[in-house]
Amino acid sequence: MKVIVNVSLKEGVLDPEGQAIKSSLNNLGFEHCSDVRTGKQIILNLDQNSETEVLKQAKKMCEELLVNTVIENYEINILKD
Amino acid sequence: MRSGVVIFPGSNCDRDMIVAIRKITGKTPIKIWHKEYDIPNLDLIVIPGGFTFGDYLRCGALAARSPVITSIKNHISRGGAVLGVCNGFQILIEAKILPGSLIRNKKLLFTCRETTLEVQSCIENPFLSGLKIGECLKIPVAHNEGNYFAPEDLLKQLKEEGRIALKYIKQNDNEKNYNPNGSTEDIAGILSNNGKVLGMMPHPERAINNLQGGTDGLKFLTNCVEQIIG
Repeated sequence: MKVIVNVSLKEGVLDPEGQAIKSSLNNLGFEHCSDVRTGKQIILNLDQNSETEVLKQAKKMCEELLVNTVIENYEINILKD
Repeated sequence: MRSGVVIFPGSNCDRDMIVAIRKITGKTPIKIWHKEYDIPNLDLIVIPGGFTFGDYLRCGALAARSPVITSIKNHISRGGAVLGVCNGFQILIEAKILPGSLIRNKKLLFTCRETTLEVQSCIENPFLSGLKIGECLKIPVAHNEGNYFAPEDLLKQLKEEGRIALKYIKQNDNEKNYNPNGSTEDIAGILSNNGKVLGMMPHPERAINNLQGGTDGLKFLTNCVEQIIG
């Protein structure tokens, strides 16, 4: 089963990359773009059939390695074919 | 003094650190490969700088899950001292041995230059105790993710417990870029709650000889060694 983990920076954590992208977008004429926040997507392939078990495993992976919970939030979604 | 330098795939300041410690103690620190579970009893373990595991996922994240981290935690629980420099500091944070986070430099630039550090008033520790509070040290930095971030409650706790060890400081009122990474309150290094673990972004091993531009790193490391030997 494929699982998508979206990792984003928490509110209040400086995102200099997002700031740089925003400033570049503004320079290109997209003046209405007032904020940009960046993140990352991690796609996992788990050899499990139970959705509950997959979500449980993915959550454990996030807490133990994939996410730095001091500065990042995460969202887990199962990818349906 | 019995010391060891931890080496991960991608560590690149290990040799410089070994040279620096040997210059001070006359003894070569042991090299500790990251896969080792059993390490001998040591007085000081240094986690050197580098780009462990290519900085993949987050700087220090993969190194912090290596077997050697368990041994380092045991060493700390025995009262042993640990110094983490640059990527070593990032690894200590990722291993949750030190709190907070090190995020991208505010200006998105890899910064490699000399900085001036001020010794802070802090809890008893074997790294700074022989130096004067307010003393300045010129030690270079070289990093892309050295912007120390702590949520407000943690920052308050660190201040109350005297765990902010080193700060970047202005040399004159007009100096604007004295903080190389935009860290909260100009923090350059923090201590663990027992004072035995110090994480710092600047590289003392890169300032041990006048040919490198200064010897304040040697002064800093010599003091660490003297304090640890007692």
